[in-house]
Parts: sequence; C-alpha cells; structure tokens
Amino acid sequence: MTESTPVIEMRHIIKKFGDFAANDDINLQVQQGEIHALLGENGAGKSTLMNILTGLLQPTSGEILINGKKVSVDSPSKSDALGIGMVHQHFMLIDAFTVTENIILGSEITKGLSLDTKTAAKKIQALSDQYGLSVDPMAKISDISVGQQQRVEILKTLYRGADILIFDEPTAVLTPQEIDELITIMHNLAQEGKSIILITHKLDEIRAAADTVTVIRAGKSIDTFPVAGVSSQELADLMVGREVSFKTDKESAKPGKVVLSIDNLEVQDSRRIAAVKDFSLDVKAGEIVGLAGIDGNGQTELIQGITGLTKVQAGHVKLNGEDITNKKPRHITEAGVGHIPEDRLRFGMEVEMTLSENLSLQTYYKNPISKSGVLQPAEMDKLANKLVKEFDVRAASIQVTAGSMSGGNQQKAVVARELNRDNNLVIAAQPTRGLDVGAVEYIHQRLIAQRTAGKAVLVVSFELDEILNLSDRIAVINDGKIVGIVDAQDTNKQELGLLMTGMSLTEARAALKEEVDA
Amino acid sequence: MIAQKNNLSVAMFSILFGLIVGAVIMLVFGYNPISGYVALIGSAFGSMQDIGGVLTQMTPLILTALGFAVASAAGFFNIGLSGQALAGWVGAVWYALSFPNMPAILMIPSALIIGAGLGAIAGFIPGWLRAQFGASEVIVTIMMNYIFLFLGNNILQNTMSKSIKESAETTKQVGANASLQMKWLTDLTQGSSISAGIFIALLMIVVVWFIMKKTTLGFEIRAVGLNPDAARYAGMSAKRNATIAMAISGGLAGLAGTIEGLGNYLNFFTQNGSPSIGFDGMAVALLGGGSYLGILGAAAIFSVLKIGGLGMPMSSGVPFELVDIVTASIIFFVGARYLILLMQKRIKAMDEKAAVESANKKAAKENKNPQKGGE
Repeated sequence: MTESTPVIEMRHIIKKFGDFAANDDINLQVQQGEIHALLGENGAGKSTLMNILTGLLQPTSGEILINGKKVSVDSPSKSDALGIGMVHQHFMLIDAFTVTENIILGSEITKGLSLDTKTAAKKIQALSDQYGLSVDPMAKISDISVGQQQRVEILKTLYRGADILIFDEPTAVLTPQEIDELITIMHNLAQEGKSIILITHKLDEIRAAADTVTVIRAGKSIDTFPVAGVSSQELADLMVGREVSFKTDKESAKPGKVVLSIDNLEVQDSRRIAAVKDFSLDVKAGEIVGLAGIDGNGQTELIQGITGLTKVQAGHVKLNGEDITNKKPRHITEAGVGHIPEDRLRFGMEVEMTLSENLSLQTYYKNPISKSGVLQPAEMDKLANKLVKEFDVRAASIQVTAGSMSGGNQQKAVVARELNRDNNLVIAAQPTRGLDVGAVEYIHQRLIAQRTAGKAVLVVSFELDEILNLSDRIAVINDGKIVGIVDAQDTNKQELGLLMTGMSLTEARAALKEEVDA
Repeated sequence: MIAQKNNLSVAMFSILFGLIVGAVIMLVFGYNPISGYVALIGSAFGSMQDIGGVLTQMTPLILTALGFAVASAAGFFNIGLSGQALAGWVGAVWYALSFPNMPAILMIPSALIIGAGLGAIAGFIPGWLRAQFGASEVIVTIMMNYIFLFLGNNILQNTMSKSIKESAETTKQVGANASLQMKWLTDLTQGSSISAGIFIALLMIVVVWFIMKKTTLGFEIRAVGLNPDAARYAGMSAKRNATIAMAISGGLAGLAGTIEGLGNYLNFFTQNGSPSIGFDGMAVALLGGGSYLGILGAAAIFSVLKIGGLGMPMSSGVPFELVDIVTASIIFFVGARYLILLMQKRIKAMDEKAAVESANKKAAKENKNPQKGGE
C-alpha cells in the first residue's frame, strides 16, 4: 500500500441511534485513484457511514480527514464543496428533461435571463468522452437505458467537480452486460485520479472492480486489505463472521403427488393485456420448481393469479385437486399456500405496524391470537418471539415498526410468517432480492427444509444462480409462456439464458453445440 | 411512546403559539390581552353553569372527532360529519316526537340507535361509493352535507305534522321520555343544558379505542388504511373494511347529532348552514394527534375557548371575533405541525452544538494547561 496521505480518512466513527450503535468505531482510509469497496451485510452500517461522509448524518464521535485535513461535514452542500459525490442506488433524475438539463439542475449556468445549456452540454460531452461514458447530452432521460441513466448520475457528480465518488449498490438495477461496462467506467475514473468508494454485498463485483476492500460487520470495521488474491469464499466468511456455503446441500428430490397444477392459465396485466398465456405447470410434493425468466415476462401476474390477488381470465389452478381458480386470497391461503411476495414493502408487510403485528398478518383472526373478535396481544407477542428466535430476525424489539428494520430482516420476517403455517405449497418470489450472502444462505436452507418436509415449492427468481442452486426442475418463462422445462442437473446458465430470450430448448441446445464445435 | 410524547408537545406548542398570536392581535387592536384571557378563563370556569356549558359543548365534539379518527384510520377523509350528525339529529327528534308516550327505558335506547344508525347510513354511502367505484369521498361527503342540510330543513318545514311543531321553523321540545337531561346534573350545573350525553361520549372514547386497538376489526381497518395492498394479500377485504369504517364514522357523528337533539337543544330547528360540530370535530381529531385521550383533551380546550369566548366581550370588551382568531390560530399551528417539529429539531440541534462546542473548549483548555506546565 502506498504511504501517501489518504484522500479520505474516517477515524473511529461512532454513530448511535438511542442505545443502538449503527457505527461502532469504524476506520476507513481511501487512497487517491483507488477503488475501495465497502463490504458488509444488510444493516452492517455501510449506509450510515456513507450518510456521515455525505453530511446527511452527524457522527456521535470520531473525525473525518479529507486530504489530511480535518473537516466537519455538517451538511450535504458541505460534502459537495469537499468534492464528494454520491451515485445513488435509486436515480434522482427527471424523466422529461434532457441529460444536460438534469445535470445542471441546481447549478444552472445562465446567459442573461436564459439558460446556457450549450456551454453545459459541451462540458458534459467533454467529461463523457474523457471517462468513456458515451452519453448523449441532448437525449431525454425517458429515452435512454437504465445503464445510461446511471452514467448520467455519474456525470452529475463529475460536473460538480467531485473527486471522490461513492457508488451505492450500483449494480442492483443493471443487466450483466451493463455491469461489465460499469466496471470499465470505474476503472477509467480511477485511472484519471478519481477515488471511488463502492458499497456492495456482491462479492464477484468486488473482485472484478476493487483494489482494496474494507469489511464492516455489526457496525465495526473488521479489516482492510488488497483484493488481489482473495477468494469470494474468504470475503463472504469475513463479512458474515462465519463460514458461508454458496451451494446449499440437499439430498436428491423424492417428488410425491402433484400439489399445484396449473392448466392453460391466462392472466391479464393492469393494462388488460394478456401477460400469462396458455401457461401449464405442475409442482409436486417434495420438489422445488424454479421459474426462470427476465423481469416482466408474466411472473408477477402468474403469482397474483395463483394466489387470488388478480382475476384469472381462463384456465384452472388446482391445489391438491381442489379448484382454487379465482377464489379469494384468504381462501387460497387457508387451503395451504404460503406466499413470499416479490415486493415485500408493498404486499408483504404493513411497514407502519409493529414487527409483532406483521408476524400475525395471516393469522390475526384465528384462535389463539383472536378470541371472539378480540385480539390477544400476549398471544401475538408469543408467536412473534417464537418466530424471531426461530428465524433469526434481528430487530431492537418486536414492538418496532417493520419499516424501521433492515431489508434483510424484513424479508426474514416475511419468510418466517409464511413458512410457519402448515402449508402444502410455498410460492417464493424473489425470495432473496437485495439480501447479502448470509441471509441468502439462510433463506435457501429454509426453502430446502420445506422441500424435505414434503411440501411443494415454487421459486420465481431473476437470479439464475438462485434458480440453479435451489431447483430440482426449472421452467423458463418468456412472454407469458413456458418455453421449456428442464431438470436442474441437465442444464446450465448459458442454456437457461438462451431459453429466457425465447429460444426453444432444441434451438438453444443446437446453438450451444455449434458454439462448442466452432 | 416517543411519538405520543412528541404529539403531546406539538399540541402544547400549538396552543401556546395560538394564544400568543391571539395576544398580539389583541394588542394590535388596542385591547389588553391579559384582561382578555382572564375574562376567557372566568367565563369558562366562573360558575358551575359555565362548566356545564363547557361539558355540553365537548360532548358532540368528542363524538365527531372519534368519527373522523376512525375514518382516517381506514384512509378516508370524512368531511361529511356535519351531514351525518344532522341525519341523526333530525331522525332522533322526529322519532321521539312521534311516540310521546313510549316509556323512557324503551325510547332512549331506540332513539340513540336510530340516530346513530341514520348517521351510519349517511357514512356508509360515500364509503361504499369509493370502495365500489373509486368515487372520491371528499367530494361525495361535501355534497352530502348539502343534501342532509336541506333535506333536514325540508322535512322540518314540509313533512313533519303540525302537531309536533312549535312553529314553521322549530319542532316542539321532546318529552321527558326522550330527554337525555338529568335533573341532578341540571341542578348541579345551575340549569345548564348538560345531559347524559357527556357520559355516552366518554363511554364511546373507550369503546372506539377498544374496537380500533383491541379487536380484529380494528386491526383490519388499520391495516387497510395503512397499506391496502398488503391487507388484500393478507386476505382482508379492503372494500368491506373501508365501508365499515365509514359507517362507524358516520354512526359516531349521528350519535353526536342525536345528543344535540335529545340532550342539548331538545328540539330541531331550521339550520342556516351545516352544523359546526362536524368541522370542529375534524379540528379536534387533528389537535388530538391521533390519540383517543388526545381527543378528550382537545375537545376540552376547544370547548373552553368557545364558552370562554362568549363571555369575553362583556367583561373585557374584546370582541368575540378575536376568540375565533385564537381558535383558528391554534388549528393553524396544528396544521403546521411540521413547522413545530422542525423548530424543535433546530433547537435541539443548537443545544447539541453548543454542548459539543463547550465540551471541545473545555477539552482544549485541559489540553493546553498541562502543555504549558510542561514547557
């Protein structure tokens, strides 16, 4: 490591919220021209630390040095002035404006009374060329891809003279190809002398992009070391604090009778266009069927159709022989369907209600939690305490609002509630979206335990690794139709990737064979 | 707990600011604010009759505020409390006058049920229209206020038989069999129009609190109001619960109107506009900050201001309009609760900063001293 003065040095940062220390003595040193990854589980304190660096939060104690000089970052504008720029996970762009208009927003150059967009566009073009961002300054935001929108966010920080760029989970919204491009851009930026802090819990990306990594666990900085030569396994173990297995062990499946049977289903989306068309699939007891597909190919409508949240236009859904097509959601739940919804904040929980209330959301009306229409808070808390313990949900108390918990713990709470009931079928949609490896491993184990217990499990995911790791059989959906059903052992990512684009199984296998032959 | 404490302090600040603004206005117009406020307190608490007046004023406000709170828990903004109260008022008085010989033990419960029931129907309609067709309850309830206002006046003037009317504009007084007034209370408060209604209102605070916080129905109403999608996912019927909440809300307003009719005025008379208890109830609910005890306190403050204000012109010469300005200022500051929260935060931040600075100075001093000593 170079011994020059670090661009950023954060010393003994402590940030307390009440009794809870989100940051508990964190040290961070970032050198100039370095890509420094900040690795940690959900809720480890990465975001708190970055909010301190960008002036949104004030540390309880500790100091920040920029280029060796002690500074106090007491507001976001102060952070701007110090050359710190943040590329947010959720873009803050106005769709109807052009790239240039978005970038100059808040620091407009004027010529008399009118905006001088030309000068700004020129400057933006120059920056774009310098760092290889290939963004058209005159394009409208609504017309460019998500990956390009992210580059607009990067340009925004560069335009304001940032020398230190913070990327907050930048790849969450990107396709694999866009991720590669982003990593190249980050390398370009670093070569030009910019320093980059990369917040992520994706290990592959750290190994591909970062020079140095600082691991944060439970609010403490555990270690800082060069990335070269470190394996993903080592990173994961350090982050979680124990050995993590990526591949969940499972015995071979012993499928039983058909539990969920979907026949020629048709479901419309909110615009009344058929999103699921002529869809047929069986899920048997004791097996996990993975449904792979690119986002927006009818997965959401399929699940909503099965669980009664959306009306089914045609076809049938049967659960253990009982026709549950277009039955009310509660009827379907009581028939033995556990549903981990893809959007936990919208469907999975009442964020303003307590954790305890949320854990009873499916059973609040039943004995013993309700007796003759009167709630029994003691019973509710008893159930909550049991589930929190059993599923390792971490929260300050079961009486905190669900919205105040970290994403990973929210998801664990939803999983706990849905798996605790005596189900025949579990539908898990994006069960690990946005979670770190520790939580992913845990939820995967739980789903496999459901299979072992003889339940039928349908996993819907955009992550091929997840589908491949969990499934016994894999169905691929494209444009609302099944394009192929394969055994998990007989397939691989490449084949699934081709199926997901709509190719048939024979076409995909032929294409892959050709590639090998060539 | 913390949120409730905060709500309480916001309410306190609102009242304080409102009083200060009122004092400034009195000063500007050349009145003495101290004698003004002394007159206000004196008129509200000067005699048992005044206290009876305050309690009479509180009764419908508690009920309409509870109604507003239930509707807003389900995600509804019920502006129709006035109309729902009128429905109960007209209905209950009409019913009571139609059966002058029914014994009180039958008459009073049935009249209360009819009044509350009519209010519940009046609340159910906008609730159902929104659940079924997505019609904005704000517009529907505003319009229904007019419907009930003129329907009530029309029933009084054209439908009711002459035998139960005092004049074209007023019904006869309800008989002792339907009156909610109690002799001992009337005597105790030196002839104020206080009635058993205050006990009904206090009881309803407990009942509504119990329904909303302790029953599965209340759980569902809250869940639907906070996040209809998650409620539907959990098997609750968002439409059904929203409609029930609006019916309860209207029922409480209807009960408020019934008590005005059978407890306070003992008759119904031509209304020039929608009764103010509906709108004041909304303000009371907001000032109460979403807590049921808060509603009780807020209704008390409102009523003290109203009754106290009546006496201000006589004993201090401050015009009655100024009292309305003070009341309005308080509501304004409640509406601007964000402003108050922001001020609290600023003050806290300044305190923290000062504390840190003084700690730093202290530390710097302590560091300097040994260094000096070392030199």
